Amino acid sequence: MNSSISETRSLPNGAGAAATLAAGIGAAVLGVLTLVGDKSPAVKNALIFYRPTGALSGVTTVTIAVWFAAWLLLHRLWSKKDVNIRKVVTGAFVLLAASLLLTFPPFIDAF
Amino acid sequence: MEITSRGLWTLIHGMGFGALFLLACSAAIYQLWSICRSNGTSDDHTDAVLKWYLLAMALLAWLSVLSGTYIVYPWYRAVAPAGTHDLTMYPQLLLKSSPTTIGWHTLGMEWKEHVAWLSPIAMTMAAATFFHYGRDLKNQRYLRSAVLWFTIVAFASAAVAGTWGAMINKYAPTVGGHVYSFSQAEAK
Repeated sequence: MNSSISETRSLPNGAGAAATLAAGIGAAVLGVLTLVGDKSPAVKNALIFYRPTGALSGVTTVTIAVWFAAWLLLHRLWSKKDVNIRKVVTGAFVLLAASLLLTFPPFIDAF
Repeated sequence: MEITSRGLWTLIHGMGFGALFLLACSAAIYQLWSICRSNGTSDDHTDAVLKWYLLAMALLAWLSVLSGTYIVYPWYRAVAPAGTHDLTMYPQLLLKSSPTTIGWHTLGMEWKEHVAWLSPIAMTMAAATFFHYGRDLKNQRYLRSAVLWFTIVAFASAAVAGTWGAMINKYAPTVGGHVYSFSQAEAK
């Protein structure tokens, strides 16, 4: 129905795909670090970058670093081309959903 | 009428940045939903305003999590010196000291402190994508949906963080620091 519209787009979808997937990756890293930091005292200690804030400082700093690195890399790879946006957006949503689950304390406690 | 510096910062973090972000979300979600529903058609003025609006929202989300994590949270988790009986200045310890309030920390704060960070990530993605594509987003059906849904996730995670924050501050407020007096009411 809208195929004629989607075929006339002027900008490649790669830049948007890179931003979307990188945000999904960043969110997933946040979730995984929350879980691992909760389960492993060694990891928790390693994530204390700023003592008054505790391990949350490391969890969020690493998350932001990985998110930006992934964004930069994907943007360089995809910004000038079209990618399978449906798969990318679906993947990003899965990562985002995983992150929502992994930051929910009752779910973490189940491990 | 007076407020402590810690109370003021908590107010700036929660009401200044957090609540303003939540309020802004409702308008952004409605506008993005309208654009998605109308297959991406909107006028130039609306697009231009929405670009800056989403960017301002991303900034608010960052200010909210950064002020929460690096200004208010250290006061929340402050460690009391040995032998301290009055835990008013140590909200985390105060909540953990009673079985009727410990859940506010183990569920509320543990969830809030992490899930809140999804908000700036998701909102930055939404703002950057809208900024990059502008009117061309009308031709990008999946990206339009992604921008809308990431904004909804940003709203949901901020709402969870905001709700828990308000409740935690009700049971164990962050107090202390310099006291600011605004006015002196006469006793009746």
